[in-house]
Amino acid sequence: MTNLVEIRDLKIEAKSDAGRIIEIIRGVSFDIAEGEIVALIGESGSGKTTIALSLMGYARSGCRISGGSVTLAGKDMVTLSERARAKVRGTEVSYVPQSAAAAFNPAQTIMEQVIEITRIHDLMPPAQAEARAVDLFKALSLPNAETIGSRYPHQVSGGQLQRLSAAMALIADPKLVIFDEPTTALDVTTQIEVLRAFKSVMKKSAIAGIYVSHDLAVVAQIADRIVVLKGGEIQEIGTTEQILKAPAHAYTRELLAAFEPKHYARPLAETVASPKPPLLEVLDITAGYGPIQVDGLPLMKALKSVSFRLEAGRNLGVIGESGCGKSTLARVIAGILPQAKGDIIFDGRQMAQTAAARQKEELRKLQMVFQFADTALNPSKSIGDILGRPLSFYHGMNARAREARIGQLLDMVRLPSTVRHRRAAELSGGQKQRVNLARALAADPKLILCDEITSALDTVVAAAILDLLKELQRELGLSYMFISHDLSTVRAICDEVIVMYQGEKVEDMPTGLDQGPQHPYSKLLFSSVPKLDPGWLDGLEQDPELVRAFAKR
Amino acid sequence: MVRSFFSLRAAGYRFNLVGLIGFCLVAGWAIVALSAPLIIPYPIGEIVDYDYFGPISGQFWLGSDYLGRDILSRILMGARYTVGISLLAVMISCSVGVTLGMTAAVIGGWLDTLLSRFLDALNSIPSKLFGLVVVAGIGSSIPVLVCTLAVIYTPGAYRFARALSVNINTMDFVTVSRARGEGTFFLIRSEILPNIIGPVLADLGLRFVFIVLLLSGLSFLGLGVQPPNADWGALVRENIGGLPFGAPAVMFPSIAIASLTIGVNLLIDNLPQKIRDRSQ
Repeated sequence: MTNLVEIRDLKIEAKSDAGRIIEIIRGVSFDIAEGEIVALIGESGSGKTTIALSLMGYARSGCRISGGSVTLAGKDMVTLSERARAKVRGTEVSYVPQSAAAAFNPAQTIMEQVIEITRIHDLMPPAQAEARAVDLFKALSLPNAETIGSRYPHQVSGGQLQRLSAAMALIADPKLVIFDEPTTALDVTTQIEVLRAFKSVMKKSAIAGIYVSHDLAVVAQIADRIVVLKGGEIQEIGTTEQILKAPAHAYTRELLAAFEPKHYARPLAETVASPKPPLLEVLDITAGYGPIQVDGLPLMKALKSVSFRLEAGRNLGVIGESGCGKSTLARVIAGILPQAKGDIIFDGRQMAQTAAARQKEELRKLQMVFQFADTALNPSKSIGDILGRPLSFYHGMNARAREARIGQLLDMVRLPSTVRHRRAAELSGGQKQRVNLARALAADPKLILCDEITSALDTVVAAAILDLLKELQRELGLSYMFISHDLSTVRAICDEVIVMYQGEKVEDMPTGLDQGPQHPYSKLLFSSVPKLDPGWLDGLEQDPELVRAFAKR
Repeated sequence: MVRSFFSLRAAGYRFNLVGLIGFCLVAGWAIVALSAPLIIPYPIGEIVDYDYFGPISGQFWLGSDYLGRDILSRILMGARYTVGISLLAVMISCSVGVTLGMTAAVIGGWLDTLLSRFLDALNSIPSKLFGLVVVAGIGSSIPVLVCTLAVIYTPGAYRFARALSVNINTMDFVTVSRARGEGTFFLIRSEILPNIIGPVLADLGLRFVFIVLLLSGLSFLGLGVQPPNADWGALVRENIGGLPFGAPAVMFPSIAIASLTIGVNLLIDNLPQKIRDRSQ
């Protein structure tokens, strides 16, 4: 037999709250050859993780494999007994989870957890397992390979932890490794190193892999073949080259198109030396968390003397990796976190430090939209109530005026009017984010702070949200401050860009991203964004000095 | 009751059998408490049986007590005191505790510290002892009992509500409301309360049970409801002498306490859940 894995007509069904059966995987068939890496790509809810987990004979609670077969090295994982499956897990097939931080037990050393599989299956004596683990650490280019195993999970960085979880998966020499979005939670500069390590280890040991991701560019670097999924069905299977260069299916083309958002065509005539004052001016802001020190500044400074200005009708992008202070900046401007030092001048008025001390009218003109639409909408209120509150709070509208306005707002964000009776949990991610946006629009703001609003969304949905933002700007003359770690979304919408690193503004790009980065950190960051070219990772050369100085590996 | 069960179902609620049993027990006792004066066969203070600790008979369905009074009448009337006092006390303690808890979580800072430490101190006093001291000090009357029980159980409700609210308080939708400029009242009423109401109701039921037991305990010690009226705890105490004879007079008040507390627990553990299915 030539194929390591053969999936034939796999069907998985789930039972809903009301006892209805929903088929979430509808007859999926594909093969994985020995030593081949196959990527599963699709939006959230397309069933990619469910399929990957079925390779271990596992279905999440409430789900059931209802038909078809999953043959791994001659064994049908569907019909195998639970005891026999447990024997296969870890030794023949293993799993690298999305969040390594959540997958490690914080109370045990890393080494104990990495060699746990050999202990459970009684494969080799601990000393031999540890020696093998150290070899794997070296192969995954982890620093201090000899001693890193004696540390605890919180003592290593996120990128290292992700590589350690790969070592855990590889320790028993499995035939197949399942990677479930292993780099999605990492910063781009960290992601490169992790991807490189994965790729070299998998090539060297000729282990087959299944790589679950929503990011085509990442998949392009590592996979031999790509399976495109939507709604539990395969849309297209092909080699990486073919999928990227000559996609046959319309949905694949849509995915590729969403990956490269069109450049932002300026709707307004360029302001030629306009004398009008800026809409938002941030002067020398320092803010942070923790107890106030003797110098009057907080212990942990998340922002250090950041200044910028934004003119009306223009969009500012704030780029940086996690921990650079970009979200803190938005919180300070919105009055959620009082700054320790510095001034915010909005629409010609100096703003008080906290939202409670600001006037209603000032608050109205400045609205914020949050990253996680799920937590930003009160789960116990209907959408109509959520949108109605700013209308009565800022504009004092009565019930009838509110109803009419809610209809308009929903229409503005392209949601059906019936949504108003639903609750947040009954909407999809993209719909929730639209409701979030509608709530900000309900105040008739001049400036909307967008904190990573497209990061939690699928590419196609995110592209639609960006188009909506542009349209609203044309109609209502809004300005956006757009915070993101994703260069392509920023490129799609922003006129000016600032780059942040560790609480400081390192670069100001007043004409947008096209002018090219000057600061060494910006250069590193920009060059780390994966491209849709399968040879990109191998051809990428980064200055090791720069990497050592800035990347948190 | 069966009709209301089915209309709940039609409105998209799911209510299981165990919850229904609990609901029937609680509702039954509530009806008894409301209509007791109308349905008691004998006046509660009157000695109607010449025998004491009389057995179950056609004349006295649940036997008679140590003075020959009818136990059924006394249990039915006792339901008023046990259910009424406990319900009032639990309402006061939970509304005060939950309101303070949510306020402390939302405002934070020194108010939170002050409230938490004060109520912790109150919590550290053993509840039965506290009840004994208060009742012994200012005498037993129904208002005193209600207030004492409410004070004893407020810190627990506060702690519970505060712990829940602190979690909700960090959610983005609360931050959105804050950034909008909303006041504390709106935050606790509209953003926090609807999201903690489930656990808070469960806690309320549990606390109700505790109060029933504490009230019964106080009455057992003779500090609760005063004769000739009696709540169930007092009934157990008066008739404790019948225990060696296996008299129904001591068993049925105990069964009444058990059925009410178990019924409340079954109900709160199986409160109707709204079925929310995305594609329906």
